[in-house]
Amino acid sequence: MNRRRHSLPGPDDTSRVSLPNGIILLVRSNFNSPSVVIGGYLSCGNLFDSDEKLGLADFTALGLMRGTAFRSFQQIFDKLESVGASLSFGAGAHNTGFSGRSLIEDLPLMLSLLADVLRQPVFPTEEIERLRAQYLTSLAERAQDTADMAAITFDQIVFANHPYARPDDGWPETIQAIQRSDLVDFHQRGYGPQGMVIALVGAIDPEAAIEQVMAALGDWSNPGQLKLPALPRLKSLKKTTTRKVKIPGKSQSDLVIGSSGPARTDPEHMAAALGNSALGQFGLGGRIGDVVREKSGLAYYASSSLNAGIGPGSWCVSAGVNPANVQTARDLILQEIGRFIETGITAEELADSQSNFIGRLPLSLESNSGVANALLNIERYELGLDYYRRYPDLVRAVTPEQVLTAVRKYLDPERLAIAIAGP
Amino acid sequence: MKKTHYAYTLPNGLKVLLKEIHTAPLISSWIWYRVGSRDESSGLTGVSHWVEHMQFKGTPLFPASSLDRDISRDGGFWNAFTFMDWTAYLETMPAEKIDLGLRLEADRMTNSLFDEKEFASERTVVISEREGNENEPLFRLGEAVQQASFRVHPYHHEVIGDLVDLKSMSRDQLYQHYRSYYVPNNAILGIAGDFKTIEMLARIRELFEPIPAGQVPVRLVRPEPQATGEHQLTVEGPGETIFLEISYHAPAGNDPDFFPLTVLDSLLTGPGGLSVFSGGGLSNKTSRLYRALVEKELAVGVSGSITTTIDPYLYSISITVHPNHKPEEVLSAFDDEVNRIQNDLVSEEEISRAIKQARALFAYQSENITSQAAWLGHAEMFSSYEWFLTYLDRLSKVTPSDINNVAQKYLRKQNRVVGSYIPTKAEVRK
Repeated sequence: MNRRRHSLPGPDDTSRVSLPNGIILLVRSNFNSPSVVIGGYLSCGNLFDSDEKLGLADFTALGLMRGTAFRSFQQIFDKLESVGASLSFGAGAHNTGFSGRSLIEDLPLMLSLLADVLRQPVFPTEEIERLRAQYLTSLAERAQDTADMAAITFDQIVFANHPYARPDDGWPETIQAIQRSDLVDFHQRGYGPQGMVIALVGAIDPEAAIEQVMAALGDWSNPGQLKLPALPRLKSLKKTTTRKVKIPGKSQSDLVIGSSGPARTDPEHMAAALGNSALGQFGLGGRIGDVVREKSGLAYYASSSLNAGIGPGSWCVSAGVNPANVQTARDLILQEIGRFIETGITAEELADSQSNFIGRLPLSLESNSGVANALLNIERYELGLDYYRRYPDLVRAVTPEQVLTAVRKYLDPERLAIAIAGP
Repeated sequence: MKKTHYAYTLPNGLKVLLKEIHTAPLISSWIWYRVGSRDESSGLTGVSHWVEHMQFKGTPLFPASSLDRDISRDGGFWNAFTFMDWTAYLETMPAEKIDLGLRLEADRMTNSLFDEKEFASERTVVISEREGNENEPLFRLGEAVQQASFRVHPYHHEVIGDLVDLKSMSRDQLYQHYRSYYVPNNAILGIAGDFKTIEMLARIRELFEPIPAGQVPVRLVRPEPQATGEHQLTVEGPGETIFLEISYHAPAGNDPDFFPLTVLDSLLTGPGGLSVFSGGGLSNKTSRLYRALVEKELAVGVSGSITTTIDPYLYSISITVHPNHKPEEVLSAFDDEVNRIQNDLVSEEEISRAIKQARALFAYQSENITSQAAWLGHAEMFSSYEWFLTYLDRLSKVTPSDINNVAQKYLRKQNRVVGSYIPTKAEVRK
């Protein structure tokens, strides 16, 4: 047993196999704890959803564990919870994802439950209605959450006329419109082994892991599985657009300011990520944290984020402020974004963020779930099994000029989206 | 039992706990001070938490601007927590960089500036943090229930403090609080990770031994009198959803009753994470209250929490009420379940299931060096590290009649506060 591994996953300690039915399996052993994490995704998501039934992909994902041909809802969760294991599902635009963990001795049980709920869910009517009431309550809570509503409104502005404008979990009226037969139909059309990826990390040898996954899912097929529709092109904003959502009775407002951003596979992604770090991440929130929180004491939190996935991403600054200070905070953030576009990142700021990106890797890859997420990213974005070993060089190669180019490509002071939610 | 850690007390009173873990090139260092919101009198509520904020505002050696820069450059993670009984600061860093974290903690134990300008700007940051909390219905409800549960004991106010105090406290009041409590004889340093104990201890002595011990104020001891009847309260606010919080006075973390009550909570509301640092628990869909309330469509969610505190605190159950039902109906079904666990012995099987769940959660949190380091000092705050080392064994010894006893002793109506969050159904516009 290798007690002290290389702290970063690489081709020498990660196994990647394609099962005959199309499932890709990634495995990394870690015998330091008697547990295992399983994560993965299927190639179906809300890109299949109509506007009228938005949320169907997510509703279906949540409905999987409500009963199968062999087990009732209570039987499924009795198996899982009795051994201290967990398994859950959720859907985004392109994928339906899952994650679970258990003690290593219970991996066969986890895999048999995973296969059962993926392959033969029955969506019992009574359970689905119960789930619907829970779902609608969470949407009612979301409607009261200033941060959630500001983020949803921001996406509606930036991704206008694009599927990404739609929240993954839909709206109360679209969830009301979904019938049980829609879930059955979505499962039949969307779920299958093609495009499915599984990452397994824990106290198990790769050979044993491959054998167990083969036994559970190796004979799954769905000849009718549909391919996801292609994404339309995103049209950029013509001018700065502001939208407010009123949520009476709240003591704090949330604002989100920004624009679209690179996809994860765009060549300028790393430069944009380092730029974002300097703008609103590094230390206690980069330049934004310094100006909005540290210097003016306007907010408990203020930071920026770069959200990059398969299609166009977003790049935004978020802050929670007293309703009386929304205007001041907005102006400060706009001023700081403007300054960043004007002069870009300093050599010192870039060196700081580069050092941070490289130094924090062992920490982010410390736990089994951290490694499982890393392996899924490697597969989703075709980064290569040696990605995390090459990562320090990729980070160091970025120049201040490349950051400035990326910043100017995406952030334009004349064409920003501004979303505000509060009283 | 094999030696799991090393303990040493410096001449100035600083207790040091070290645990070597060589699974990843990381070290996590936590320093704990025995001061929290329970040490605050009226007019000074929130002072401990605000002091924690000021500890990030620099010393002459580590000015505010360079502090986070130095840690972040090294890829470190640092943070701080203020609780009712304690305040803790942590750095988790690549192993070869931990010296920065140690130097920083030794320095800010005595040399923080509490600059007047930084203090003024932090006032609005803390107020903003409170306003963010107030946006959450469960914070408003929790605050009201906590306050109604403790008339005498200083557990009666939220760690964040009351707005009126946050508006009026002075820099000097904060500074005095800092100087009174931040002394080595009031602190514990717990470090876990990829180091050699002899070398680590030598470095700690070098950095911390020169700091003189201080006179620590005697902690407020005002035991809460026995409750003599159920309290019910309502909080009104925006939203569409009704929430219930039912809080029973519960035993302290070091009380033998804590263990059967933990198993009881696991049966009623599902297995919880062991602490605030270990990540979430498990799903709870086979727990007794989920079956009785959520499966019966009286509620859409239920959860429970029991906390390791120095003095008796609360065992709280939160329920999200189903839109088609009234809180009274939910409370009545809840009481039926409580009666059941008070009157009928639970099976051995149910208990061993809860123990297996606790073992699994224990294994998950051991993947993480930060969480392992946290337990070194955290357990010392309300008991000793032995508490953590024997936790699973003591849970395993719980019997059906122990559960029966704690159910009858603590889950009495006279011993609880029932709070309801009633939405004012304010118009929501999309």
